[in-house]
Amino acid sequence: MIPEDLKYTRDHEWVKMEGGEAVIGITEHAQKELGDITFVELPETGADVSKGDGFATIESVKAASDVYAPVSGKVSAVNEELESSPELINRYPYGQGWICKINVDGDPGAEGLMDAEAYAQFLEENEQ
Amino acid sequence: MELIFEKSRDGRHGVKLPDKDVPAEGRVPARLRREKDAELPSVSEPEVVRHFTNLSKMNFGVDSNFYPLGSCTMKYNPKFTEKIASSEHFADLHPLQPQLIMGGMLTQGALEIISNLEKLLCEITGMDVFTTHPMAGAHGELTGVMLMAAYHRHKGNAKKFILIPDSGHGTNPASAAIAGYRIKTVSSDSNGVMDLEEFRRKIDDEVAGVMLTCPNTLGVFNPHISEICDLTHEAGGLMYYDGANLNAIMGKVRPGDLGFDIVHLNLHKTFATPHGGGGPGAGPVGVKEYLEPFMPVSRVVRRKDGTFALDYDKPLSVGYISPFYGNFSVLVKAYAYIMLLGKEGLVEASENAVLNANYLKEKLKKDYEIPYDSNCLHEFVVSAAKQAEKGVKALDIAKALINEGIHPPTVYFPLIVKEAMMIEPTETESRETLDSFVDIMKNIARMAERDPGKFADFPANMPVKRPDEVKAARDMDLAFTGTEKGAGG
Repeated sequence: MIPEDLKYTRDHEWVKMEGGEAVIGITEHAQKELGDITFVELPETGADVSKGDGFATIESVKAASDVYAPVSGKVSAVNEELESSPELINRYPYGQGWICKINVDGDPGAEGLMDAEAYAQFLEENEQ
Repeated sequence: MELIFEKSRDGRHGVKLPDKDVPAEGRVPARLRREKDAELPSVSEPEVVRHFTNLSKMNFGVDSNFYPLGSCTMKYNPKFTEKIASSEHFADLHPLQPQLIMGGMLTQGALEIISNLEKLLCEITGMDVFTTHPMAGAHGELTGVMLMAAYHRHKGNAKKFILIPDSGHGTNPASAAIAGYRIKTVSSDSNGVMDLEEFRRKIDDEVAGVMLTCPNTLGVFNPHISEICDLTHEAGGLMYYDGANLNAIMGKVRPGDLGFDIVHLNLHKTFATPHGGGGPGAGPVGVKEYLEPFMPVSRVVRRKDGTFALDYDKPLSVGYISPFYGNFSVLVKAYAYIMLLGKEGLVEASENAVLNANYLKEKLKKDYEIPYDSNCLHEFVVSAAKQAEKGVKALDIAKALINEGIHPPTVYFPLIVKEAMMIEPTETESRETLDSFVDIMKNIARMAERDPGKFADFPANMPVKRPDEVKAARDMDLAFTGTEKGAGG
């Protein structure tokens, strides 16, 4: 259920490292909590983001939520398909529903990021 | 129901307009003339009367139904205030009148009302000075944070951040961001109030201020409030009081005495002026004396001879934040309400609001989860998590309540409660109304157990059935372009 090859944050973002580039999205749990997503405000390509910053906003029928940067760096690409089809995040949170790519400053550093097992445990603890 | 444009038939009319006897050509410049005729519906007078009478019957409001919409304080709006505000002595005043030569003498009564209302709001909140100009709660927030920024700039303080608890109204971070600050969120502790330890870690000399709603959106009063104010002031920051929930504490506690520096009030909540489609609102802002120089212009001042005038000579002011003096007729209504209730009446209003909320909470706690179950003040939050396990979410319960003729509570807010339903009965509801709401909520809980599939059809008995909320949010069609369908998108 939770892909093994990704890293996770406590705010329910996922990160996939591809060389010096981090692909970022939100998890299955996050999309389920949000409900039907109606709008995604993407960051600008070239924008600098710092770890922990809210850099994108996802609006659903329930609420608007920030997406927080799991790493620091420069936005190198955004998933423009989300502008017309925000529901891709609901349907394929780990695939076509990716949000953006960030060129990571220096060492990506797994600091504060969880692996799949730790994230699964985090979800379980939070359920209680 | 058909739109009035869809009822239109060529050649039909309700009034006979006089012939146009002024030639448009030559007098009105071409660029100001419309290119095609205005599209007006061609309908007869009875059709117009029926159309709008039927439309008004579809209205759903506090005048027709119980409306426990948390955080909005949908208390009954007494009609005598409407009568006073619509008096020609107020309604026919022109806002430019006090600024004209000698015009001030014709508007002394209006200026005195603004001045008196400012004084009453100072007394109620423990602040030194008020401005009536902001025209809504969030407008008040923005004004308040602009005052904060002006103060720090004047002092030469380099400030970057505003701290806001995660239970705060969404408008708090929005207002702070528009005023140029970055936001740091502070989590809530297990009692539902801002976590004091996390706050201690986050408060430093880069923090411009802290925005707090107290009692907060869970209806819980923060027991550490004095300490939070002290820590913020030691770090050189200011305390901002979001007055959305003042209805819980009127005459009991004053934000100014607690250590808050800036306060906004929602006259359209606490002081019973209409809102929620019936507005407009009013969000006056009060401050302590040392922030007075930064207040928006104009200020109503009293001359030595006892007359009132407008003062624009405020070099440190944040400037104009609204045209003229705010929503004046709303100010008149709130003033009338405060004068009628008086000191004892306002205290009693708060006491009954708190009593009603606690009564409902006790009655509902067997059937619904209450995640932060301390004594609440004027509102409380239940969770439909138990019902959601059966597939009946907070949204479905909201629709079932509409089916029963009750306006649903605020749902999915605050964000820290799953399947949140935020209930605020207000002080003006009778025991019978509250009991009937409890019965309906219990029935809904039973139905969620036995027949969860039934909820998909609710509401079944309203003019508008269940809208497709996803489609409504994704494919918006906001521009009505005559009888044709809008371009959409």
